Amino acid sequence: MKVLLSGNEAVARGAYEGGCHFAAAYPGTPSTEILENISKYKDNIYCEWATNEKVALEVATGASFAGARALAAMKHVGLNVAADPFFSLGYIGATGGIIVVSADDPGMHSSQNEQDNRHYARAAKVAMLEPSDSEEAKELTRISFEISEKFDTPILLRMTTRLCHSKSIVKLGERKEVPIKGYKKDIKKRLVLPAHARIRHKYVEERLKKLAKFSETFEYNRIELNDTKIGIITSGISYQYAKEVLPDASFLKLALTYPLPFGLIEKFSKKVKKLYVIEENDPFLEMQIKAIGIDVVGKEIIPITGELNPSIVSEAFGKKKESVVIKEMPDIPSRPPALCPGCPHTPVFYTIHKLKLIATGDIGCYTLGALPPLNAMDTCVEMGASLGNAFGMEKVLGKEFSKKLVAVIGDSTFYHSGITPLIDIVYNKGITTVIILDNRITAMTGHQDNPGTGKTLMGEATEEIKLEDIAHACGVKNVYTVDPYNLKEFKKVLKREVAREEPSVIIAKKPCVLLLIRQKEIWPPYYVNEDECISCKLCLDLGCPAISMKDGKAVINEFLCAGCGVCVQVCPKKDKCIIQKKIS
Amino acid sequence: MKTKSVMLCGVGGQGILLASDLLSKVMMKKGLDVKKSEVHGMSQRGGTVVSNVRFGEKVFSPLIGKADADIILAFEKLEGLRHIEFLKQNGVIIVNDYEIEPLPVASGLAEYPENVIGVIQNTIKDTVVLDAFSIAKKAGSARSINIVLLGVLARKLEIDKETWYNAIEERLPEKTWEINKKAFDLGYEFIK
Repeated sequence: MKVLLSGNEAVARGAYEGGCHFAAAYPGTPSTEILENISKYKDNIYCEWATNEKVALEVATGASFAGARALAAMKHVGLNVAADPFFSLGYIGATGGIIVVSADDPGMHSSQNEQDNRHYARAAKVAMLEPSDSEEAKELTRISFEISEKFDTPILLRMTTRLCHSKSIVKLGERKEVPIKGYKKDIKKRLVLPAHARIRHKYVEERLKKLAKFSETFEYNRIELNDTKIGIITSGISYQYAKEVLPDASFLKLALTYPLPFGLIEKFSKKVKKLYVIEENDPFLEMQIKAIGIDVVGKEIIPITGELNPSIVSEAFGKKKESVVIKEMPDIPSRPPALCPGCPHTPVFYTIHKLKLIATGDIGCYTLGALPPLNAMDTCVEMGASLGNAFGMEKVLGKEFSKKLVAVIGDSTFYHSGITPLIDIVYNKGITTVIILDNRITAMTGHQDNPGTGKTLMGEATEEIKLEDIAHACGVKNVYTVDPYNLKEFKKVLKREVAREEPSVIIAKKPCVLLLIRQKEIWPPYYVNEDECISCKLCLDLGCPAISMKDGKAVINEFLCAGCGVCVQVCPKKDKCIIQKKIS
Repeated sequence: MKTKSVMLCGVGGQGILLASDLLSKVMMKKGLDVKKSEVHGMSQRGGTVVSNVRFGEKVFSPLIGKADADIILAFEKLEGLRHIEFLKQNGVIIVNDYEIEPLPVASGLAEYPENVIGVIQNTIKDTVVLDAFSIAKKAGSARSINIVLLGVLARKLEIDKETWYNAIEERLPEKTWEINKKAFDLGYEFIK
């Protein structure tokens, strides 16, 4: 049967067909839907949201130790978190086949950088596969388990945003059941103390040679001979753009891109007049090909920065198409993303802004608190950074400075990597104030469960791990849970805690507004009584997408308003001016 | 058949991804190769949403290049103008005469340009303008704006109604079939 699947759905399907028994991930755009879709096969595959990517890879490694076929999925920066087990796994290899999916984000649609994770395969000396559409994503995932077991190597399956979120036609196959091998002690393989690791490293170098030989004849590394004036070496999504723009050229299309098939590359180079490498971001293929003395044109014409697309390739080959020129083109205002109407993060950032605090931030929807008019975030580095960043500033600039400083982190991000820096603050005698934005869900990536929600990826009820308990257990004495919709109360607590010469944790607890709307908890919407509005524009300071000015008066778009009532508290005329609709 | 490209653009929440799903489904039913592409995540939080759909005998790039779209289906007029560089010379643009203020406009930091439709019509010969919101309400649900627009698109692509009805039935809950088919018909018959 043929179906239209996204790259992520296809990876999930490939895992299913390939006999995968175990899958773990921490949600992160563009990788999230891989595990969401694997959970549809939960009768065959155990699956979980792990606390973070490092844990995801560690539990998958454990599953492989037990002889099961295992997969861990993450976004590119997630592999930084999981890099420690990833490198050890490079030496340890596979018992049950093991795949690490890295979903890179060229163009940074939803990320802090566009690191090219193909370098990780080379650094950790593991085999890497790069699909170029959904059919290949499925097939290469399926085959990866076999390659992994045959060569005793973990597989880095490298996806990119455009593959993850593009749909193309996939032919479905049957699941191949593979028995779980069971555990057999082998400390020379799995216990990488130096004496063992030294032997293992030699083994890994031998393994790479075998893999390079396999790469030469691997069916997905193929030459498509056509007009020989131009020869293109490419992999992943870049193949599709190149093929679109240069349909008549000859291609060496690579899927197993580490280790590279240098024999095949040399053979291809001799068949064509001029050789090009078309690849997104870093010159990963290009540098290795140049290193063996083959002359190619690559980054001279294809940019390193940003996402590749057919227009860029067209331009690089002098085939630019002219767009229509609009007469009298006006300035088009941008449409930046914003916190949703009724978002419980809004009153928190509004208060931080009003108290003129410095806020170290973190990764999630709430990073949008940095945008105007809230302007309430100073830094955002990576998952869990807010606490350590704040504490470092405090140690250098002193307690008085720290009284104007707050670290802001989301609930899921706190479980992911906020706990260890909180311990650091207490242990090293800090006074840092931490706000945990507890919206009861992993919101940014589309509402996944986490250790605080009391539910697993497989839909089972589980222990709810309470943020208050964690904070207390880390040695924080001042832990307060506040409803952020109550502006006055929240401001009082925040003012008191930043002034306190002890560490504090404030938990701003309110479900994501999208959950509240679904449960009809904060409905109906509000409207402005025009006769009472004094045009002070104070309500605009919230940056709520539902509020705007029309003919000098504030108006609330009733289709957008969620009914949170925070604007009423900001308005000098309170509920005389902003009134909740009565709906019978 | 030569590969055709349709770009659907608008604002998060307008049902663009559902519309591009239906379009892709219809083209698959017609036995064509189909690719569709959009980006999830940060870009969806109240921001611009773009979906690329390409179909033909063999499709390579899931992304539409500049000056490569045969048709732009704009769910919001400013988004139509924003993406006009993707339209082919002599391409078609179908514009919903509907305005959603970007946040910088709502908060008074920028202005929504005047006469957006006129600016488009002045340059693009084949511009179809409709008030899909009112038409959808006439069909029975304001939420069917996306289906009304698909109706217009279907007429431009010259694809029979029956295949679209099938796609609607496969993709949407039964209780919405009647309204959505009506919305589709009203869109289909919009171009006389």
